[in-house]
Amino acid sequence: MNAQTIQTATPKAKGAIMTPVRLIGVGAYLLGVFALVPLFIAVTGRWDFYYTLTSVALLSVGAAGVWLTFYIGRINIGQGAYALVGGYVSAILVVKAGFSFWATLPLAGIACAIVSVVIGLPILRLRGVYFAMVTLVLTEVARLSALALPVTNGAKGITSIPLPGELAVFGLTIIPDFATLANPKLAFYLMAAALMVVTYFVLWRIVNSRLGHLCRSLQQNEELASSIGVNTAMLRVLAYSISSFFGGIAGAVFVAISQSIYPSSFVVTDSVNFMLYCFLGGLGYVFGPMLGTLLLYFGWDLLSIAKQYQLLIYSGSMIALMLLLPNGILSLLDKKENRQ
Amino acid sequence: MTAPILQIKGVTKRFGGLTANSDISFDVAPREILSVIGPNGAGKSTLFKQIAGFINPTVGEVLFKGDRISGLPPHKVARLGVVRTFQETTIFRSMTVRENVIVAHHLRSKASLLGFFFGSGQARADEADFARSADDIIDFLGLQSIRNEMASNLPQGHLRALGMAIGLATHPEVILLDEPFAGMNHDETMRMVALVRRLRDERGLTVLLVEHDMPAVMKISDRIVCINFGEKIAEGTPSEIQANPRVIEAYLGSEDAAIGM
Repeated sequence: MNAQTIQTATPKAKGAIMTPVRLIGVGAYLLGVFALVPLFIAVTGRWDFYYTLTSVALLSVGAAGVWLTFYIGRINIGQGAYALVGGYVSAILVVKAGFSFWATLPLAGIACAIVSVVIGLPILRLRGVYFAMVTLVLTEVARLSALALPVTNGAKGITSIPLPGELAVFGLTIIPDFATLANPKLAFYLMAAALMVVTYFVLWRIVNSRLGHLCRSLQQNEELASSIGVNTAMLRVLAYSISSFFGGIAGAVFVAISQSIYPSSFVVTDSVNFMLYCFLGGLGYVFGPMLGTLLLYFGWDLLSIAKQYQLLIYSGSMIALMLLLPNGILSLLDKKENRQ
Repeated sequence: MTAPILQIKGVTKRFGGLTANSDISFDVAPREILSVIGPNGAGKSTLFKQIAGFINPTVGEVLFKGDRISGLPPHKVARLGVVRTFQETTIFRSMTVRENVIVAHHLRSKASLLGFFFGSGQARADEADFARSADDIIDFLGLQSIRNEMASNLPQGHLRALGMAIGLATHPEVILLDEPFAGMNHDETMRMVALVRRLRDERGLTVLLVEHDMPAVMKISDRIVCINFGEKIAEGTPSEIQANPRVIEAYLGSEDAAIGM
């Protein structure tokens, strides 16, 4: 896990143009997410999949952020901290200040972005494993802060958070009150999926715009990047704050679904998992973390049929995948061989 | 003599107890090719890094067109028009040659990052402009055949040209070349000498270079600054430098031929 492994996983730049093939792909993907999945669940009656898939969608939003920090050449094992901060910001604003959940969603993201700027300014000077170590500590710092601060209600956490209310613009209901819905599980799934789609669209645009090109230049050679006039310190903080924004939003929605938050809602394991999702999917591919999250999280769930062998099979296949496909599963799509 | 474009004024750099540069001063005229020479460890690279803003002088200052640039971070120095190239390993490895050059046009973008994100008209105009300029530079350096080659696959000679292309993409006024002839055979060196001349003649650049290859330096330079043990020991035209007893003394042990006589 040094800078070299990150570099080998660099993508080929593809134009940001919508080719017909790509349009069909996106269409099929949207159809699958928004129509086929609910249909499949309705037919099979596996309602428990809704919770799993909602989690996958939200975790992949957080993982998208982690992926972006990988994209500037930094290993981020601290996304759990921002998910926790985002969750608490949303919960406190809803419960104590009477905000609508929908207003707290962007606020949670922005709060995390601000926190990440303050934290990022000093720590983003670190590289490689040193940065990773510091981020690893962040989740624990966030958990302990949540325990200690009066506003977070300590270990008792914040519970009985109301479900998201109605979202109306000029009296027109865009999203109905979740409490009145016959099937809030489906509503949460659709909301998480929509969030995921928007997040990955934004990420894809970032990567294919100049910002992404500059991030790549940063990942590959910071000295050279600064010599061509890139404000490397600013760019690092910018990428990290976008990353944390995603983390905060994911956390806020998680809290809305579980209607509660505790200091242990997001722990170091979650932070590590966010990173694993990115590795598994492929650091060189925008949609890598989404696929990685699906496979890891859903795979874990499906493996429960293996009972006591669940962890064995799971970790065994993880190791095998890392050995066979070090650049992630999506590297299978790479037709060009061995570019190094 | 016209007003100097770059002035190095009493630059001293100490690393703890080690004085890498001691009170070095010289001026660089616009469109001049000036070489900084000196034995290994003389402090040439340290001087270069200070001019490009990578490290700050302990004492003294560097002026560009009369304005102080020492103390500024490298990206601001680059913005003003003073850009350094590196030795060959410093490139964006996992990009193609063309992508390397395009991304290096960063300073020329007029659109904001948000504009690029939303694909505004200005952003698209910028991208087209970068692509055109990148192709220009690639043609100028004769890199057409490897335009779409991954940078990590290139041989040394091409890497150095690519480094130069990246430097040129920022459209600098002063370019600092770090050992452009190192490890090249005679023919390659002569081609590179011609190329550096064209940088000045066709693109109007002021070129500052650090180099070991004495015959090439003697051939290419308008003026030469020689430093030894961190101090400037001589400054002058190639023939003056060749005749300078202190320079000969600094290079003693290597034959006279080493300084091109």
